[in-house]
Amino acid sequence: MQGSLVQEFTKGLWKEIPPFRLVLGLCPTLAVTKAADTGLGMGVAATFVLVFSNLIVSLLRNVIPNKVRIACYIVVIATFVVITELVMQAYTYPLYQALGIFIPLIVVNCIILGRAEAFAGKNPPLLSAADGLGIGVGYTLALTLLGGIRELFGSGTLFGHGVMGAGYEPFRFMVQAPGAFVCLGLMLGLMNVVEAIRTR
Amino acid sequence: MDYLTLAISAIFISNILLIQYLGNCPFLGVSKKMDTALGMGGAVIFVMTLAAVITWAVQYKLLEPFDLGYLQTIVFILVIAALVQFIEMFLKKAVPPLYKSLGIFLPLITTNCAVLGVALINIKEEYDFLQMLVFSITSAIGFSLALVLFAGIREKFETARIPRSYQGTAIGLITAGLMALAFLGFSGMV
Repeated sequence: MQGSLVQEFTKGLWKEIPPFRLVLGLCPTLAVTKAADTGLGMGVAATFVLVFSNLIVSLLRNVIPNKVRIACYIVVIATFVVITELVMQAYTYPLYQALGIFIPLIVVNCIILGRAEAFAGKNPPLLSAADGLGIGVGYTLALTLLGGIRELFGSGTLFGHGVMGAGYEPFRFMVQAPGAFVCLGLMLGLMNVVEAIRTR
Repeated sequence: MDYLTLAISAIFISNILLIQYLGNCPFLGVSKKMDTALGMGGAVIFVMTLAAVITWAVQYKLLEPFDLGYLQTIVFILVIAALVQFIEMFLKKAVPPLYKSLGIFLPLITTNCAVLGVALINIKEEYDFLQMLVFSITSAIGFSLALVLFAGIREKFETARIPRSYQGTAIGLITAGLMALAFLGFSGMV
């Protein structure tokens, strides 16, 4: 049991790390990674929702009728999203403002529904929570990394601190929409290259 | 703000897909062939407009008078899910040919964040009824336009020599980035 808990947790960190290996939840990935701290904030919010929705879905897995399961999952997820939304509005208002409509949009983040459907609906609660935590932490790492890269080149800062020096001309392309797509595309390709070398 | 400006800005300048980053999962998922892209585009225009009208009415006739604003997210997603289910049943009974061409895309639309996104933007920007209608229809048109253009480009990938690690989603994203760059060029229009 202990071994498999760790296993479920760690698979989210490399083998199934979203959004690279598990290409889901792209919209928030692209939208909130203008800077490292918004990426981190979004990752933490999504992780919270993921862990608790997995836990509840898993606890209810024998109660929910198969035919209406998707609707039930969405209600569970939406409940936790509203909790997150209200907590963030109360305690981290600047972050709440920066993320904007992407907080309520966590509801339709396919990673969360995907984990509920693919994992939590079939597995016991503790394993599901570990799976949610693993995927969530992986997602947070990915968002922070992507946000860090875009912020570093696009604004010359990292978590709001100047890094590149005063003479650096910010590469604005990186913080605008096209930069998001291209940067994520390049990183996906790089992940594939690394994976190909590892398995050779 | 006049309606033409609103329409042009929703289609080109702040294209919901390429500039606002909403609805990317279907964008990458169903854009491999031109006809599926057209089908998805049609279904999105239909559902997005209806969903926007209904959620707008729910917000101003139900949630605000009873001070239930905090339930917005839950109510909106349920309305959209129910609406999609209802449209599916209606089309199946009433217009079978349309159901055949759009049917398989309808369930996917529930989790299309562009639909919920447009509903939320309508409330956030405090559009009145007509502005909301124009914004929703043109956003959906912008979505379909980008989707169809992208599918056209993506069909060419089959004959292109792409490095193995970059095949599939990776090259798709880079292409989308270049398209977004082209759409950024519209930003001087209004």
